[in-house]
Amino acid sequence: MIPQQSFTVASGFFALFYKEVKRFWRVSFQTVAAPVLTAILYLMIFGHVLEDHVKVYDAISYTAFLIPGLVMMSLLQNSFANTSSSIIQSKITGNLIFVLLAPLSHIEFFSAYVLAAMVRGLVVGLGVFLATCWFTSIHFEYPLWILIFALLSSGVLGALGLIGGIWAEKFDQLAAFQNFFIMPATMLSGVFYSIHTLPAVWQSISHFNPFFYMIDGFRFGFFGVSDVSPWFSVTVVGVFFMLVAAIALRMLASGYKLRH
Amino acid sequence: MSAIAFEDLSKNYGALKALDHINLEIQEGEFFGLLGPNGAGKTTLISILAGLCRPSSGRAKVMGHDVQLDFRAARRLLGIVPQELVFDPFFNVRETLEFQSGYFGIKNNSDWIDEIMHHLGLTDKADKNMRALSGGMKRRVLVAQALVHRPPVIVLDEPTAGVDVELRQSLWKFVSRLNQEGHTIVLTTHYLEEAEQLCGRIAMLKKGQIVALDTTANLLGRVKNKDARDGDLEDVFMQIMSEDSSS
Repeated sequence: MIPQQSFTVASGFFALFYKEVKRFWRVSFQTVAAPVLTAILYLMIFGHVLEDHVKVYDAISYTAFLIPGLVMMSLLQNSFANTSSSIIQSKITGNLIFVLLAPLSHIEFFSAYVLAAMVRGLVVGLGVFLATCWFTSIHFEYPLWILIFALLSSGVLGALGLIGGIWAEKFDQLAAFQNFFIMPATMLSGVFYSIHTLPAVWQSISHFNPFFYMIDGFRFGFFGVSDVSPWFSVTVVGVFFMLVAAIALRMLASGYKLRH
Repeated sequence: MSAIAFEDLSKNYGALKALDHINLEIQEGEFFGLLGPNGAGKTTLISILAGLCRPSSGRAKVMGHDVQLDFRAARRLLGIVPQELVFDPFFNVRETLEFQSGYFGIKNNSDWIDEIMHHLGLTDKADKNMRALSGGMKRRVLVAQALVHRPPVIVLDEPTAGVDVELRQSLWKFVSRLNQEGHTIVLTTHYLEEAEQLCGRIAMLKKGQIVALDTTANLLGRVKNKDARDGDLEDVFMQIMSEDSSS
């Protein structure tokens, strides 16, 4: 009954990528609409309270300053959430076995999960932008920088989510990774303020936070002004991406916590 | 060529020897039984074959392809029905099978997916979410997932554990048919009467070692000769396990 076995040269990457995108889209109320609403609430509360009290850059309102930060923060958190939640759920329910049984290399596995995370991050980021851009006038000084930082940053957080999902053995551990590392790093990266408004010591500390460069570079694309050069930021983020990608690929190649 | 070959295969978890220098060849077209008590090493052996577990030493091959060095070819030739009743709750039956097919790089596989679903009685459940299926139906989907890439070697790890008589009968009918058409079937089960009826050759494992390896007829003959009565595989199993314990 089973026809002659025939080898195919197609990669399983596309199916895994499509499955991961379909997975988050199927629950888009939770994975897309909810973070967009959260960002709107941030904008309404902080924008309303601080609009007349905080001036970060000349000729740029606080609300306008806040919007790219909120877009990037949502993009980062949702890119991380996509890979990390998918992997940990599949590990705990056991259905990751279907991917592990397939002839997928560690590079195909990594690429499919990270690209799907990037798609979710970008969809949420776009949703946040479309929902918040009505609150003030927003310009695109350097659209290419916006795109570069959005792509690179979502890739970093997708890879970090993969690391977190593989490392964690229960939801509690993943929540710790998210709440004690990802969340503080994104919230303290300059979403709501410019680091120039901080005391000197906190300014120095902020320079060790790679998430700061993601948001600063992304914001440069909108306003043409930033705390540090976008070239320096893109270098930092690029190196950080290579580092987390190398760690994730090493974990996958060695079968760390996946193949015993 | 052997459908499956284990060459001096060992797997250690710290001081525990889960598999101890296993040497075993299963020929193409065999219906082979892998029996043993809990913790004997059956699932570890299958996990190594599937690439879910790495051996401490030795090699495992599927149709001549090393499962570590040539994993793509080995996995394409192997279909595994896992012991645990696992499923992805986001998708329905058809999507589950289409994704599984896609992981193996097979596109436009709808005709074959329809045929598998028909033979496993899943056609009317095709659009049902996996969560909505009964345990027996989920088990059928697991079998379908193992067959979706048309593998010549099929391993069923305790496929009838906890399923009703009707499913067991229909599953064995289907698997026997696959075997008659040339597929190599490897079965682990605690239902020894199933192994006795279906398997041409049987290996018994205990504490990570093969303690018996013979045709089913020869194994049954051991009890018959000894007690001058027709024994069943359960008698043989109990005898071999106790012999090994006392030695």
